[in-house]
Amino acid sequence: MIWNSFLLAIKAIQRNLFRSFLTILGVIIGVAAVITMVTIGRGATQSVSDQISAMGTNMLIVRPGQRRGSGANAPNFKQRDVEQIEQLVESVDGVAPYSTVSAMTIFQSKNYTTVVTGTNNQFFNVRNWPLQSGREFLDAEIRAGKASCLLGTTVRERLFGSDDPVGQNIRVKNFSCKVIGVLSSKGQSTWGSDQDDTIVMPLKTLQRRLTGNNDIDRIAIKVQSSDKITEVQQATLEIVRKSRRLPDNMENDFRVLDMRQIIQTLTGTTKILTMLLGAVAAVSLLVGGIGIMNIMLVSVTERTREIGIRLAIGALEKHVLTQFLIESVVLSSLGGLLGLVLAAGLSILGSNLMGVPYIFDARINIIAFIFSASIGIIFGYVPARRAAKLKPIDALRYE
Amino acid sequence: MALIELKNLTKTYGSGDHLFQALKGINLNINDGEFVALMGPSGSGKSTTMNITACLDTPTSGSYLFKDVAVESLSNRQRTLLRRNYLGFIFQGFNLLSRTSARENVELPLIYRGDTPKSRRIAAEKALEKVGLLNWKNNHPNQLSGGQQQRVAIARAIVTEPSVLLADEPTGNLDSKNSKDIMSLLTNLNQDLGITVVMVTHETEMAEYASRIVHFLDGSIQANEVIDS
Repeated sequence: MIWNSFLLAIKAIQRNLFRSFLTILGVIIGVAAVITMVTIGRGATQSVSDQISAMGTNMLIVRPGQRRGSGANAPNFKQRDVEQIEQLVESVDGVAPYSTVSAMTIFQSKNYTTVVTGTNNQFFNVRNWPLQSGREFLDAEIRAGKASCLLGTTVRERLFGSDDPVGQNIRVKNFSCKVIGVLSSKGQSTWGSDQDDTIVMPLKTLQRRLTGNNDIDRIAIKVQSSDKITEVQQATLEIVRKSRRLPDNMENDFRVLDMRQIIQTLTGTTKILTMLLGAVAAVSLLVGGIGIMNIMLVSVTERTREIGIRLAIGALEKHVLTQFLIESVVLSSLGGLLGLVLAAGLSILGSNLMGVPYIFDARINIIAFIFSASIGIIFGYVPARRAAKLKPIDALRYE
Repeated sequence: MALIELKNLTKTYGSGDHLFQALKGINLNINDGEFVALMGPSGSGKSTTMNITACLDTPTSGSYLFKDVAVESLSNRQRTLLRRNYLGFIFQGFNLLSRTSARENVELPLIYRGDTPKSRRIAAEKALEKVGLLNWKNNHPNQLSGGQQQRVAIARAIVTEPSVLLADEPTGNLDSKNSKDIMSLLTNLNQDLGITVVMVTHETEMAEYASRIVHFLDGSIQANEVIDS
């Protein structure tokens, strides 16, 4: 019976192919809009969280000041703070103190102003930043503050083009520095700055030759596993407070940032936006459903005689009800199916245009499809019931 | 024993001041195997009687016994089942489904009966053979003449092997040659297969194919005329 109704529905749709297409256009657009919005939204969320975790997962960053910004008035950190944090060996995988300063770099006739980062070998571990070529610093270079440096890919391109820089000497501000390696490319940060636009040298070198003090701007800490993060965060707070001799009634003049929290905050925003856009798109799906109801009502009126014939020769109310209900479900499901196809195209296109990864989300595809099919049931019920309740004698007489 | 027994049947249309009494107490018995023609001018009540007999309409009062079962006590569903199992319909306007082949049209009642596609096809082709249209089984109604369309409709009516064939002005839309063909087909079905035929017509010529003519006038039966063949 269901199969027969299905065949009948296909026939009825074929009979009015163009009108059927226009009828389901609303559903096609609705389904495509919902899926596209959600897919691109998820891509954007993924891209944000990817960028942040590229900086290092399970990472804490200790920075001066309470508020965002430079924290210029708050004191920087000292080597002593770093050493004490390193004592938490059980839970800490690496501690990388680092300071940055802007400086002009020169190689032969080319010069380029970049960010100089002074740090230790843990930096590459903590920041998940492997080398492309060359080697890390030797312990002796770190201890003595030797003039050795690693180039970010942007600086390498600016100064050396496609040539191999390892072993060459570049000039950094007023001293000569030996290139011992090149960092792999890391791309843009979440905030849009080019992370590869930097050169890395031992902290001591930077302090002696460029900043002229013993301050440390930031301390990056890599925690062994994510469940230890809160523990290490708390311990770090206490260590730095103690080292700074902050009285109990005084607030922290520094912060220990958990990268996970930053990820959550930023992805939270994009998630809400995604939901909002999806909800707006869902309204268009609803409008598509009303379109189906409209056409089904027209179709029932048009086919009153046919319904009369069917009822006269032995169709029960339920047969007529199923016939029209299935017709509207087939229509809306067809719309849903075409919507899925359209959505796949639009999502890929949109993701490419917006530079976010395309992530096929099976769940939203299934939800949108089921939703479109249920729209057929909901909005097809009224017309189908009207058809089934027709009196055969009235339906047969209908002109 | 009468197959169809109509007792004191009345039917009133409209309400208030616009009452129209279509039937004013009809008593009519139709026996198994009869070929009955209901005749009369329009508005005389013959079609209303037919529709009530066909279980497509309900009387205002009176009783209708079909095989001794009181039809007015049946539910909608039971009435549909009665139509499906015992009655076949032929309409003046053929009422075939357009853009549907002759065979599929004939199969339609069997679909609702729940027959398998194979047995449907066999039964439909047998019925089309009886009306002489087996070679036209794949044609759509708009590719058939009026007489052929009516014959497809007859095939659809007899495919369920009903006890009664109800024909509402079956020749009303046909020329005289086609009309004669349809009437001799109905006569054959009545005589060879023993199907009871009840036919509404206003043409005397067609009514004379029947074994009995019931004359209607102003909602009442005027006369019963038995024809000797």
